[in-house]
Amino acid sequence: MTVMEQRGAYRPSPPPAWQPRTDPAPLLPDAEPYRVLGTEAAAEADPELLRRLYAQLVLGRRYNTQATALTKQGRLAVYPSSTGQEACEVAAALALEERDWLFPSYRDTLAVVARGVDPVEALTLLRGDWHTGYDPYEHRVAPLSTPLATQLPHAVGLAHAARLKGHDVVALAMIGDGGTSEGDFHEALNFAAVWQAPVVFLVQNNGFAISVPLAKQTAAPSLAHKAVGYGMPGRLVDGNDAAAVHEVLADAVRNARAGGGPTLIEAVTYRIDAHTNADDATRYRGDAEVEAWREHDPVQLLERELTGRGLLDEDGVSAAREDAEAMAARLRERMNQDAPLDPMDLFAHVYAEPTPQLREQRDQLVAELRAESEEGTAR
Amino acid sequence: MTTVALKPATMAQALTRALRDAMAADPSVHVMGEDVGTLGGVFRITDGLAKEFGEDRCTDTPLAEAGILGAAVGMAMYGLRPVVEMQFDAFAYPAFEQLASHVAKMRNRTRGKMPLPITIRIPYGGGIGGVEHHSDASEAYYMATPGLHVVTPATVADAYGLLRASIASDDPVVFLEPKRLYWSKDTWNPDDPQTVEPVGRAVVRRTGRSATLITYGPSVPVCLEAAEAARAEGWELEVVDLRSLVPFDDETVCASVRRTGRAVVVHESGGFGGPGGEIAARVTERCFHHLEAPVLRVAGFDLPYPPPMLERHHLPGVDRILDAVARLQWEAES
Repeated sequence: MTVMEQRGAYRPSPPPAWQPRTDPAPLLPDAEPYRVLGTEAAAEADPELLRRLYAQLVLGRRYNTQATALTKQGRLAVYPSSTGQEACEVAAALALEERDWLFPSYRDTLAVVARGVDPVEALTLLRGDWHTGYDPYEHRVAPLSTPLATQLPHAVGLAHAARLKGHDVVALAMIGDGGTSEGDFHEALNFAAVWQAPVVFLVQNNGFAISVPLAKQTAAPSLAHKAVGYGMPGRLVDGNDAAAVHEVLADAVRNARAGGGPTLIEAVTYRIDAHTNADDATRYRGDAEVEAWREHDPVQLLERELTGRGLLDEDGVSAAREDAEAMAARLRERMNQDAPLDPMDLFAHVYAEPTPQLREQRDQLVAELRAESEEGTAR
Repeated sequence: MTTVALKPATMAQALTRALRDAMAADPSVHVMGEDVGTLGGVFRITDGLAKEFGEDRCTDTPLAEAGILGAAVGMAMYGLRPVVEMQFDAFAYPAFEQLASHVAKMRNRTRGKMPLPITIRIPYGGGIGGVEHHSDASEAYYMATPGLHVVTPATVADAYGLLRASIASDDPVVFLEPKRLYWSKDTWNPDDPQTVEPVGRAVVRRTGRSATLITYGPSVPVCLEAAEAARAEGWELEVVDLRSLVPFDDETVCASVRRTGRAVVVHESGGFGGPGGEIAARVTERCFHHLEAPVLRVAGFDLPYPPPMLERHHLPGVDRILDAVARLQWEAES
């Protein structure tokens, strides 16, 4: 008898019942980015916090213009400006406690500075005198990551380790829209969700990965929607609304600290400047689009809110701008000094103990430098 | 004088013991990877660790090598000493960006502020009949990445000693486990296992005056067998086991070559761009006037690792080594 002939008698057993692991509904982001400024929610916001955010935004804007100017003077090799995205940068730093960790990508210098890192040391990578200028442990800021999304699993591992040690430390990892296409983004989010690690992922969706627009980057309804696939909540926020970004981030940080696991936040913003000073943004986007986003400027949004509610007057605005000018002047002055470089640094930190091979190469460089200096003296 | 109880043990047992002793000695040592927990690893190297130390310290991770190593980076940043298992040589490639861009560079880019004491265990090499992607000899990639130590044991005692030393190292170590030696037995004193200090010293496994075989990991027993066979031809071969590819022990290698005047480098990895080229160049630069013949290489062929039914034709065996040794009679030929 063949299988076909048996068919009438065959009774397949049903597959074991499918059990969804979690209800996806609470994880889904809202359809519209969350806003505070210009809405009723603004009345609930802490005026002191809004003033702090404002002061940092003004400083941040000035830092961006000053650093860009320094590229034209050859003092910085390159600068990826975050003009237009300052609200994300500032809110990120202010949402963390001192014991928390920040994992920035290369555009996040402002968040690094707002964490307390020396403004000149924060530029060391971009100036070119070393790869990282600051001690990561001093302000709990990881080195600026140039490879995309690769610092995200570090944030997960650090947060996981802290929790194993019984510390209520949260790690915040920052990334751009393009970075969400990288494998490390996926692996980091998956690890974080499986381990319920206290991590917050902040995607600054600024519209373009260098020149590639979001529509060519992803087919997802939003980048925040990606969260649900990992089993973590996704949140969508207006990235130019400093109060909203801060609120959403602070909520996620609180939740992570309380053991609630990771959150993915997409902040919808726009990069007003080109990718870096070396990029020509006119090749891939029109002026009208940029102008429309200028109308939604993060500094202006908060300034209007504060002045409209009498929390800030003209003197306050002037004072913030003067502080920013003073910061820019200090930055200019210090960046215009040549950094002392020690070629022996090349060999100092490759291994805890230099290998015999590196010792030989170090001796070779010492000899070359001696010959150079003797030649200089002879002339 | 106490007599030392030497018992037969496998390399796999010594590796397990090394992990257990390291975890017992230092609560910051964490083992992680795919299948390392409940299963004890596909080669059972992590057998029993999750039970003994808990799943927080011997952790089954999601199946994602970049994620495993990337998470280990963050854990090391926070003061832990992760020991990561990459299940097979070719499965480690997704983690290569983490390895090259972060693990190898973090100490350097932070001027020594953020060292990463991570041990990355990778079963490597052929000879066990593995199908595609289960037998790569990938050591050249790791050797070419500054900032990493690269070590590989060939004996049971070294498996224990080198792994303990690697875990204790404040630098990242790529710990290459010759998987075809996992079940090889030799005598070892499990009551008083010794660590190897420092990492970076080669060892002469067999002395001889006619020529030096420079080798490591899975090719060490093959070279010892070849040396034994060569006695019939009147050749007394010295066998140097490198143990550590980075740092490289020029001293031990060159001392041997200066004694013998002839050298053959033997490894499974392909010859072109492989470790043998570097080793031959180093020996030639340092021992030129002592050499009676060019330094020869006996390596795997320059091809993707072959299917298991053909791997015996690819792997450097005793005959191929003896052929090279015969070619070392350079003067007579030229």
